[in-house]
Amino acid sequence: MINLLTLVLIFMIIGAIISIWTTDLLSAIIAVGAVGFGSSVVFLLLRAPDVALAPVVVEVLMLVILIRATVGRDVHTIGSAREIFGLSVAAVLVLLLLAFAVHAIGGLPEFGEPVMARVADAPASYYLENGLSQTGSANIVTAVLLDFRGYDTLGEATVLFGAILGAMTLLRRKSRTDKPRQE
Amino acid sequence: MHYFLCLLLLMVGLFGALTQKNLIKIILSVAIIEHAVNTFLIMVGYRHDGTAPIVDRAQVAGSSFASGAVDPLPQAMVLTAIVISLGVLALMVAVAMRLYHTYGTYDITEIRKLRG
Repeated sequence: MINLLTLVLIFMIIGAIISIWTTDLLSAIIAVGAVGFGSSVVFLLLRAPDVALAPVVVEVLMLVILIRATVGRDVHTIGSAREIFGLSVAAVLVLLLLAFAVHAIGGLPEFGEPVMARVADAPASYYLENGLSQTGSANIVTAVLLDFRGYDTLGEATVLFGAILGAMTLLRRKSRTDKPRQE
Repeated sequence: MHYFLCLLLLMVGLFGALTQKNLIKIILSVAIIEHAVNTFLIMVGYRHDGTAPIVDRAQVAGSSFASGAVDPLPQAMVLTAIVISLGVLALMVAVAMRLYHTYGTYDITEIRKLRG
């Protein structure tokens, strides 16, 4: 199972590289969709069935939105990357960050040992022990989302509402006063 | 090992966001970064041979369930983050389409002048 996890992660990395290096925008969008579905499989392998369902819906909507933004537009005339100086600076920055991140991995618990197993009274173990008796929900993730941390979900709905409101406002054809846009 | 692959995915997305000229490609790179971070957070909560955090009918919630299930807290937070990432992506695409409407291109080296 762990080897399968490694394979899916490598598949996601290959999809990401393809989506960045290809010059065809539609292929890039579909490659990012592959990365998203790969993350869904990873969630399933990591025993997170609730989280695995969300990317499926989100990826389909993402595909629709992105194809709406690209279809019928002149998108093939743009080169794939900037000049060589910018490329090398970006590569050096990313490699530096990767070195720091690899150093920071050493401070994390080993893969397969969650933090809640080390801390004596972690909130996660409290949720696991008392989730069913206090909320009546057999699914502890749902209990955390809708009961223990309900305010977080309220904030999520607020952020989502704000983002969609901003998108609607930006994409509106006519202004409220019915005057055409001055270009 | 798995943490490292996850970081590699994040770095690929970051490299794309830094070097691409096309606005849509930059948005796609941000989406890749989001996938990498979500996967990393779920990995932090994983337990070897753990069960999903769903109480079985035969099994009463207690110390045996709590010591055998994976961490439910990152899962709940990542579920929130995935939905928010969709909203943020829609907002980014809306800004990009408005820029295309004004400038007629997605090339960020062409979009230099600031005008309303």
